[in-house]
Amino acid sequence: MEHIISVTVENKFGVLSRVAGLFSGRGFNIESLSVAPTLDPTMSMMTIVTSGDDRIIEQIVKQLNKLIDVIKVVDLNETEFVERETALIKVHTKPEDRAEALRITDIFRANVIDSTPSTYTIEVTGDIKKVEAMINLLQPLGIKELIRTGRVAIARESIRPALAQPKRVAKE
Amino acid sequence: MKLTGAEIFVECLKREGVKTLFALPGGVVLKIFDILYQQKELDVILTRHEQGAGHMAEGYAKATGRPGVALVTSGPGMSNVVTALVDAYMDSVPLVCFSGQVSTSMIGNDAFQEADNIGLSRPCTKYNFLVKDVNDLAVTIKEAFYIATTGRPGPVLVDIPKDVSMNKADFTYPGSVSIRGYNPTYDGNKWQIKQAAEAIAKAKKPVLYIGGGVVFSGASEEVRELAEMCQIPVDMTLMALGAFPGEHPLSMGMMGMHGTYWANMAVHYSDLVIAVGARFDDRVTGKVSEFCPYAKIIHIDIDPTSIKKNLHVDIPIVGDCKRVLRELIQVLKATVNGDQKDLRKPWWDQINEWQRAHPLAYDQDPKGPIKPQHAIKRLYELTKDRDPIVSTDVGQHQMWSAQYFKLPSPRRWLTSGGLGTMGFGFPAAMGAQAAFPDKLVLCVAGDGSVQMNMQEMATAVAHKLPVKVIIINNRFHGMVRQWQDLFYDGRYSSSDLGTTPDFVKLAEAYGAVGLRAQKISEFDAVIKEAITIDGPVIVDVPVYPYENCYPMIPAGGCNHEMILADPPELKKKISDKVTPEDKDTVVTA
Repeated sequence: MEHIISVTVENKFGVLSRVAGLFSGRGFNIESLSVAPTLDPTMSMMTIVTSGDDRIIEQIVKQLNKLIDVIKVVDLNETEFVERETALIKVHTKPEDRAEALRITDIFRANVIDSTPSTYTIEVTGDIKKVEAMINLLQPLGIKELIRTGRVAIARESIRPALAQPKRVAKE
Repeated sequence: MKLTGAEIFVECLKREGVKTLFALPGGVVLKIFDILYQQKELDVILTRHEQGAGHMAEGYAKATGRPGVALVTSGPGMSNVVTALVDAYMDSVPLVCFSGQVSTSMIGNDAFQEADNIGLSRPCTKYNFLVKDVNDLAVTIKEAFYIATTGRPGPVLVDIPKDVSMNKADFTYPGSVSIRGYNPTYDGNKWQIKQAAEAIAKAKKPVLYIGGGVVFSGASEEVRELAEMCQIPVDMTLMALGAFPGEHPLSMGMMGMHGTYWANMAVHYSDLVIAVGARFDDRVTGKVSEFCPYAKIIHIDIDPTSIKKNLHVDIPIVGDCKRVLRELIQVLKATVNGDQKDLRKPWWDQINEWQRAHPLAYDQDPKGPIKPQHAIKRLYELTKDRDPIVSTDVGQHQMWSAQYFKLPSPRRWLTSGGLGTMGFGFPAAMGAQAAFPDKLVLCVAGDGSVQMNMQEMATAVAHKLPVKVIIINNRFHGMVRQWQDLFYDGRYSSSDLGTTPDFVKLAEAYGAVGLRAQKISEFDAVIKEAITIDGPVIVDVPVYPYENCYPMIPAGGCNHEMILADPPELKKKISDKVTPEDKDTVVTA
């Protein structure tokens, strides 16, 4: 089963490779991964989409927790969460297709962010079903290039526990 | 006052109570070695190969419980020590390894003797650090020792670029550190402990399955108290030997692939397995889906990832073995009041029956060649009053040592369990000897594996480390040959060593003493002589080469389906064979 795991890590060099190395070394699967700093610039948040049975997911969560640079691990599937992904899609548009491309963009509440006489670049944001539905609809027009951010997800507020971790301190 | 990075390094080691450093110099660590040369408190043991330095640090750590410390140079120095790091990681040995690195400005330029030390060591260390600023050096070293020795211990690497060891900074050593992503759990969950106590009180056929965690946590006394109070048989893994006294009436000896018949039968038919500081390794469980099929499992371990990694656990308890067992004993004392002899009697009758049915056995013809089991058993009997530290290499001799050495206390047994590193034994024994100069340290080795770190004999002679190496010399990679006999129709592909050196002359060439026990009648006298010699000794024991190690659970087999002796057709085949020719070593029989 697919799980979205949210991992708070130290924002320093080498952390991404430790996480990636853990997944490759133990044969776990990464479907997508996105990383960026949090409000606290000493920490980064990773959203990892992975899959496996309960035993594998339990191991993934435990092994992530065991990494010293990992501060907190939340398996979002255990809570209510919202997820989003952004895709940038460059489509070929023959003169007769341009109106159709704009209609699809409109239906999905997406935006055209770049335009040439023969292409549109469309930005779409939404959950994975929406992004994939839009890609499917644009495919007949001819997709020249496609880039996706991978999913990010966040727990719904009422359930999300506060992030309260002691800072790294060196005492005399 | 400002100190250079090299001076800070030495100061930090002193503050951590390090007495011995296993090291080999090179270009980028010269500044550190220069400072080491000018001080007297740290004893620097110069090894002949960085792998030796790593294993010595491991042996030191296993024998003392304190972190072993190694210092190597960049590039090849670091890559040579990797095997020891992997070994230490698998066996949870607290190790702090310092590697040199090219100057920070050169990193990534493919400079001379540059390697990505952090990348190389990432999968085989508990944590690793690249120190980019001399101002961070002291706190990094403090953190390295803290991480290596707390929680589930393990190796930590600190990579020090050349300019960091030369630059100056103010030196203050932090009294303690805390790391926000690293908070090991020491106290077990009280409710779970209560569940465990209830299960133990009810169990008719319980087995304690103890692992290396009992040694690291110092929980031997607690295991003993629990076992005696509840009359529970104690199965030990390879890593746990000595954690429970081998000659104690409740000791079942080693379990697993080459464990005793009764230890494996007991765990298979038990109704409650109490795993303490063990990790259900495949060499212990055999076919994991059929491991202890009738039992509930209690698993006590400090590493949450060990729990439920390989199989389902009914009562998981994350915590330090010593603390959890202490708590468990308190609960049990209040509920079962100690005496469970009557409840356990049928179980012990069954176990005693298994013990009588298939004891450890071998045939020793008094006129024939020495059997390896005989050599090891006699070695144990001849030295046990000296309470020796015993290290082994990896292979048949290791398993026989595990079967016949009934060690009385923990930290007497140095062996490579998880990784199975041939060449571990000799340097590990030297590391232990460096920590305990007056103790008898034995290394039981095979003629194959001892040659993997033979060069360290020079270190032993130079630093006067009087390790006694007993080479069980069968002129084969014995365990490989055993598998080829059992599963590959006797085709000895690359297991016949062809020629082995004359180990007596080899010892003498290094300036050590070499002895040989050629005949069974000579064996006792040679061992007695060896242990009185004040210096490193090699005892070459040519043995009957076709002896196989039993009991044996074939890989992936089930624990109660042991092979107990050579199958008849194999026995016939082997009896037709003559001892292999060997031009350099004296031929037996």
